[in-house]
Amino acid sequence: MSVDEKTVRHIARLARIAVTDEEVAPLAKELSSILDWVEQLGEVNTDAVEPMASVEEMALAMREDKITDGNIQDKVTKNAPAKDDGFFAVPKVVE
Amino acid sequence: MTDLTKLTLAEARDKLKAKDFTSEELTSAYLGAMEEARELNAYVLETPEKALDMAKASDARLQKGEGGALEGVPLGIKDLFCTEGVRTTACSHILDGFEPQYESTVTSQLWRDGAVMLGKLNNDEFAMGSSNETSHYGPVVNPWKAEGEDKKLVPGGSSGGSSAAVAARIALAATATDTGGSIRQPAAFTGTVGIKPTYGRCSRWGVVAFASSLDQAGPITRTVKDAAILLQSMTGHDAKDSTSVNMPVPDFEKALTGDVRGLKVGIPREYRVDGMPEEIEKLWAQGIDWLKAAGAEIVDVSLPHTKYALPAYYIVAPAEASSNLARYDGVRYGLRVEGKDITDMYEKTRAAGFGAEVKRRVLIGTYVLSAGYYDAYYIKAQKIRTLIAQDFKKAYEKVDVLLTPTAPSDAFGIGEKTDDPLSMYLNDVFTVTVNLAGLPGISVPAGISQRGLPLGLQLIGRAFDEETLFRAGGVLEEAAGFKAEPAAWWRA
Repeated sequence: MSVDEKTVRHIARLARIAVTDEEVAPLAKELSSILDWVEQLGEVNTDAVEPMASVEEMALAMREDKITDGNIQDKVTKNAPAKDDGFFAVPKVVE
Repeated sequence: MTDLTKLTLAEARDKLKAKDFTSEELTSAYLGAMEEARELNAYVLETPEKALDMAKASDARLQKGEGGALEGVPLGIKDLFCTEGVRTTACSHILDGFEPQYESTVTSQLWRDGAVMLGKLNNDEFAMGSSNETSHYGPVVNPWKAEGEDKKLVPGGSSGGSSAAVAARIALAATATDTGGSIRQPAAFTGTVGIKPTYGRCSRWGVVAFASSLDQAGPITRTVKDAAILLQSMTGHDAKDSTSVNMPVPDFEKALTGDVRGLKVGIPREYRVDGMPEEIEKLWAQGIDWLKAAGAEIVDVSLPHTKYALPAYYIVAPAEASSNLARYDGVRYGLRVEGKDITDMYEKTRAAGFGAEVKRRVLIGTYVLSAGYYDAYYIKAQKIRTLIAQDFKKAYEKVDVLLTPTAPSDAFGIGEKTDDPLSMYLNDVFTVTVNLAGLPGISVPAGISQRGLPLGLQLIGRAFDEETLFRAGGVLEEAAGFKAEPAAWWRA
């Protein structure tokens, strides 16, 4: 298995998804079977191949550096689960 | 009055303009049909009041001889498109109650052209799935059933609500999105037409992001002509999406000339995969014969890296998804589960808000992007992607369009593949290459399986050559003469 239980806990932590003890073993199995399957890409020699950055053969468009939007604080915070005085509210992060 | 829901979009559009009936009448017919078809679970939100208001406004314009290209035409909208003031969740628990304060560019263009919104359509959670079974709102039921069987089948995914609604005639047409086959495979499973345009044709602004380098919007409709009409309104440059291309959009409806004489159609030999059912082989051969009979030239081509497309996709798509879905943190919108500190709040919110398939993909994506693995997985996959795009480029030096099956089977039963993610992923074996290379692809209903279910053929075009897809797709449609409809068992 390419992914063990310790690795599952580590990537779940990186992804900020809580996993229960019961979930870890099945996840290790599922993720391993998917990762073992993608290993077949190793058959292809890609030493001289450029990784694709975009399917589009075009340069990104530039625009004038000026404000085109704004002053919509009410709209921006409209869907927030918790807000305070026009700001998003979160649990205390600084003691 | 005859059943207005039987009309195609093109017919309804013309008859509305001719004042044969009103948009309010047409819209009411659909709202009634939707009510009778709730068992299909195609809509996650019906918006009848909004629909009737929009229909009345359309009628006022039509009465004055005004109105846009879709004036008074009632559509279903996949729940991935943000609709201002109308709940949009991507069918995820984590977006509970989210009411966008803005309208996606694609849908805003539909309303600009006079279309009427019937409601929001079910899809796999964040469009991650090939059967519409990962939706927080439960699976969609395919209106089609196998002959002599009562088993409920999937409508394909991720745009399963869109395909089911169009097949069951509870939307005249629908918007959909396609990251690995999510427009074309559901179209094939339901006897409908679905086109994924070239990457960059439709603005992604306001469409809930899954894998941004692969996601494209497109229509699911009853006919190829309907697809051309609806895609016309969906496309066009948008400065709010940096990957939206700034080039003129041709008149897609005019591309349906019915003439494919001299068209060079490539048959990629690598699409003859192991274990492909005989009836899929037969359908493909039939499609070749139809195009040949219409004067097209058939050419064998090779796309040697085809078998690596799916594994490459299952690195690129989860990697991009893990990054895109980082925004769901319980702070700005949707679900929040309180925790002992902010990290605990994030972790609990995301654990409760994401379903099993979404978690699986976010974790895979996090893994392949993590320190020490980035080159081995992500860069490797992006190199494979270059090779796949080069395969197509070489093929298009010899041919104008490619013909393949859309999916490796007909519709399967609800619950049949949910325990095995890999077997589910294999559904996209013929469609995913197209997303990796950014090309346009259309699925056209072309036959009926031995079990009595629809089968589709796919045409893959050069970048920005949707016109050839509509032209050749129209010829396939005409030759196939697909007129079968699902029995309306849900009306009971």
